[in-house]
Amino acid sequence: MASRFCLGLLLLLLHSFISLAVYEDQIGLADWHQRYIGKTKQAIFHSHKTGRKRVVVSTEENAIASLDLRTGDIFWRHIFGENDSVNQVDIALGKYVITLSSEGSILRAWNLPDGQLVWESVLQFSAPSRSLLYVPTNIGMEKDSLIFAFGGGWLHAVSSIDGEKVWKKEFPAESLDIQQVFQQDHSDIIYAVGFLDSSHFVVYHISVKSGDVLKDSMSSLPNGFYGSMVLVSGGILVALDASRSTLFSINFAGSSMSIHEKYIADIVPKCSGTAEIVPSKLTGLFTLRIGACMVLFKVNNGGHIEIANTFSYPTIISDSISTTEGNQAFVVVQHAKKSVQITVKFVNDLINDALKEIVELEPHRGNVQKVFINNYVRTDRSNGFRVLLVMEDHSLILVQQGKIVWNREDGLASIIDSTTSELPIEKDGVSVAKVEHSLFEWLKGHMLKLKGSLLLATPDDIATIQEMRLKSSEKTKMIRDHNGFRMLIIVLTKAGKVFALHTGDGRVVWSLLLPSLCISKGCEYPSVLKLKLWKVPHHHAMDESPSVLAVIKCGHGFHESGVFFIIDSHTGKVRISQKLSHSILQVIPLPFTDSTEQRLHLVIDSNFDAHLYPRTAGTIDIFSREISNIYWYSVDSVEGIIKGHSLQSKCKSDMEDGYCFNTKELWSIIFPAHSEKLAAIATRKSNEVVHTQAKVIADQDVMYKYISKNLLFVATVAPKAAGEIGSVTPEEARLVAYLIDTVTGRILHRVTHQGAQGPVNAVVSENWVVYHYFNLRAHRYEMSVIEIYDQSRAGNKDIMKLVLGNHNLTSPISSYSRPEVAVKSQSYFFTHSVKVMTVTTTARGITSKQLLIGTIADQILALDKRYLDPRRTATPTQSEREEGIIPLTDSLPIIPQSYVTHSLQVEGLRGITTIPAKLESTTLVFAYGLDLFFTRIAPSRTYDSLTEDFNYVLLLITIVALVVAILVTWVLSEKKELRDKWR
Amino acid sequence: MEKGKGLARRWAIELAETSALSSSSSQFSGIPDPPGYNISLHDQDDSTIAGQKKDAEAAWKSQKAWEVAQAPFKNLVMMGFMMWMAGSTVHLFSIGITFSALWQPISALKGVGKVFEPYKDKRVDTLAPKLLFIALNLAGLGLGVWKLNTLGLLPTHPSDWVSSLSPAPEVEFSGGGLLIN
Repeated sequence: MASRFCLGLLLLLLHSFISLAVYEDQIGLADWHQRYIGKTKQAIFHSHKTGRKRVVVSTEENAIASLDLRTGDIFWRHIFGENDSVNQVDIALGKYVITLSSEGSILRAWNLPDGQLVWESVLQFSAPSRSLLYVPTNIGMEKDSLIFAFGGGWLHAVSSIDGEKVWKKEFPAESLDIQQVFQQDHSDIIYAVGFLDSSHFVVYHISVKSGDVLKDSMSSLPNGFYGSMVLVSGGILVALDASRSTLFSINFAGSSMSIHEKYIADIVPKCSGTAEIVPSKLTGLFTLRIGACMVLFKVNNGGHIEIANTFSYPTIISDSISTTEGNQAFVVVQHAKKSVQITVKFVNDLINDALKEIVELEPHRGNVQKVFINNYVRTDRSNGFRVLLVMEDHSLILVQQGKIVWNREDGLASIIDSTTSELPIEKDGVSVAKVEHSLFEWLKGHMLKLKGSLLLATPDDIATIQEMRLKSSEKTKMIRDHNGFRMLIIVLTKAGKVFALHTGDGRVVWSLLLPSLCISKGCEYPSVLKLKLWKVPHHHAMDESPSVLAVIKCGHGFHESGVFFIIDSHTGKVRISQKLSHSILQVIPLPFTDSTEQRLHLVIDSNFDAHLYPRTAGTIDIFSREISNIYWYSVDSVEGIIKGHSLQSKCKSDMEDGYCFNTKELWSIIFPAHSEKLAAIATRKSNEVVHTQAKVIADQDVMYKYISKNLLFVATVAPKAAGEIGSVTPEEARLVAYLIDTVTGRILHRVTHQGAQGPVNAVVSENWVVYHYFNLRAHRYEMSVIEIYDQSRAGNKDIMKLVLGNHNLTSPISSYSRPEVAVKSQSYFFTHSVKVMTVTTTARGITSKQLLIGTIADQILALDKRYLDPRRTATPTQSEREEGIIPLTDSLPIIPQSYVTHSLQVEGLRGITTIPAKLESTTLVFAYGLDLFFTRIAPSRTYDSLTEDFNYVLLLITIVALVVAILVTWVLSEKKELRDKWR
Repeated sequence: MEKGKGLARRWAIELAETSALSSSSSQFSGIPDPPGYNISLHDQDDSTIAGQKKDAEAAWKSQKAWEVAQAPFKNLVMMGFMMWMAGSTVHLFSIGITFSALWQPISALKGVGKVFEPYKDKRVDTLAPKLLFIALNLAGLGLGVWKLNTLGLLPTHPSDWVSSLSPAPEVEFSGGGLLIN
């Protein structure tokens, strides 16, 4: 009995501690990690000193980073919170990076070399306003060097040494719009200029020492002002009037203000259109965009405006910098067909070019959107210039001496959708030489490994082995492999660029910028929506390459139409691009494919008509056969309404169009606005494979899972408790979880958690739902699981019937048969808050599942689903233990080894996708945020393959040795027998 | 038994003679032999010795056959003990034992004819020992099957028949989600 118990316990131990941890030398074998920063908003160069030359950038993804000017690598990087966007960045004292964030309410200083936070000041904030930062350029090492930050209606003077607020001054923000804060010629006066009531111009002279307003002067203009003003030089500002037809230059340096005005039409007769001042910091110059013209104006000391140069529209002009000789230089970037022309000019010499370079840029980068200039002194003491370009696809390019020094694909920091594609299959006729070479390499590698495993390897050998493992050519090949580890991850970014990434090393295989193609289709303001699998060839179309569908919407309105792009997944070529004649409210991939393996898609427009794609006769046949069984539902999170629709034949709006179908509302669920607010919805993945419908429980009993693809999980919270955690009392907060059948609108289950509030994260898989929320009573996060079982099939327990196949378990299910369901649920405490949550998927659904939880620390935690089993009890019986049920604990364990991301962080984690590999045990995991992370995990360990470091040579040697031993002993025994016979 | 194998023939003959003769003598006369009288000493050189020898051999064979038939019983006991030792969880040891417990009776049953071939005789009835042998082996097989069942390796539960039954197809399809915008 004791032995039985011991064996049972051993088995249990084996079950419960399946560790996912990787060894240190396994890092980088199957995983890769890429760091990005997002689209650059502002860039400050730091290159005067000897030592490392760097550029500090702030980005639209709320990040600041210090990049190496030579390589573009990140020295350090900080990602601010989601609501803490960086407004201004500058360098103070030559050693601190100053950032103003959160609409000008938080001022921080970072140490330039290593990115450590030096100090942080929270500034007073009364009302949202423009946020401005002024760091005097002349500040040296003197102790009281001040930084001036304006934001939230307050001007603060902050000590740059320790962040201490020296003084503050309020400017009531309701009517006053402060546009510029600056100092003039190291004087003791700070100027704050702005508009009052949009018809008055105000200048405040403020004492640097005390913050007192020494003087304020005001002048009014009957026409008012439009947009922002630019500071042209110390005492001259330029603004546009409200009708956008007149330019004003305001000279306030003297004792009285003088205003010059000029009609734009008079000075620029050639250009027509609405005028707009381009915000810039050009000494003595400013730029105006008029329709398709970019006009550069010169302003002299008297405030007189004259035209300096005219460029055609997609021309970008940088701010000016001062060179060593005291000149002011700026750069103009003009677009040609496949290249850009970079021209550096001096402010005092606008006719001649200081530098003119033509740089070829790949077409998938689009237009230049921002340009930053930096100068350096060449060995011959002349001025050299570096230009940093921010492209339309959000990438960052450094150009020096007419060459691209480096580029960063920072568009990958803002992925909004992803899908995967298989690589091409291996073609016959691989050259023999290659095989021989690889065979030799293979043998050499394995000999080294053998040495390693026999502990004979020198440190050099170990390093070689490790390098070989990391740089295995096997994983970066562009052909399909047996295990399905090599794939293409196709992602769509916010900039509208489609990238194909190789799963082996994360390199970009191809990329394609869609908006430029949209504009040629007459789609003015493209916004990207979705990426769907369009064609996945299987059987008869194996030689054709798969393709993806990218959906682009033109503009942001409700009724705007869109464009379909069908892109070859292997080459990145656009196969078909099609402008849709209707708006896009919903894109629904159907579970049918046509004869060429193209997936059928339904597009719902704003009239709730459904349009079928692809538009061929074959698809209409398939669709019309199935039309009575196709439904769709819409979730309106604002109104809190879920509606179910069926499809009918022919649109009413367009009877001619055979691919348009009318829809009819079947059911609706309305959440009362005063008591419930939609917090989260979740559905099963459409490609999820479930192995079996039966769940075998202790004592060999069976429960039948309720497996339906039409299951929708909806969580609502009390409207009061929709805000931040802790804003309401537990009595007011409530979370209601619904399980809804989307065909019939039937609510299968409803459960209320009193005292719980969002944020809610949920994941649905097979027959279960796991959701995460905050429990206000316990002051802890909680996770709940609901498992749904089909009671109408529970009677199928007669063995004879099952043996003879005389049961209804395989007959198709209809939602209208209203199957009776039974629900089991349980809740547990969970330590972390959750950003995203998903579940592993495998090729056949046999392998046990793990939840992948994106934690607040931007790491991914793998949690066995067995911990979230509603059948857990505090004291499981022997048979339950054998089944693998873990004794119930009140909180879910967090095992440090089960972090999928090991020591890495996926900064700004937004999504995790899981892709089944062909190997049943393995799931590929791709996580994206600001960073990208890819790895493969095996929730039940790799039971179906040998590990990567399996020593084949050792096995081979063992086999050979055994064969030799057998032969030798056989010969010996033959000889002995012969001798015995002669005796 | 093993020890006396070399002397088995002589020993067997003696026993057969005495028993056969004593019984016949008592049948003939109805009077028991006087004490101390041993007929075998007198019949040492009897002419019927050949016939007696055959008789004796037949008796020996039948006895031997019975012995062989009973041999699986010991096996059965041993198997039972080992099974108890192996426990009821599925692992290498218990599976090995169970399969040997199943295989032994089956192989024995397959070779039933061969096992009893040496004892085949016109005058020896091997049917009964054969039946006993078969019965005991069947019991062994039964034990093996029972063990298999306790290990849960027999498909006697509904779970064994539906555990790999793929989910039923759904008639309806419904797609959608949050509206774009």
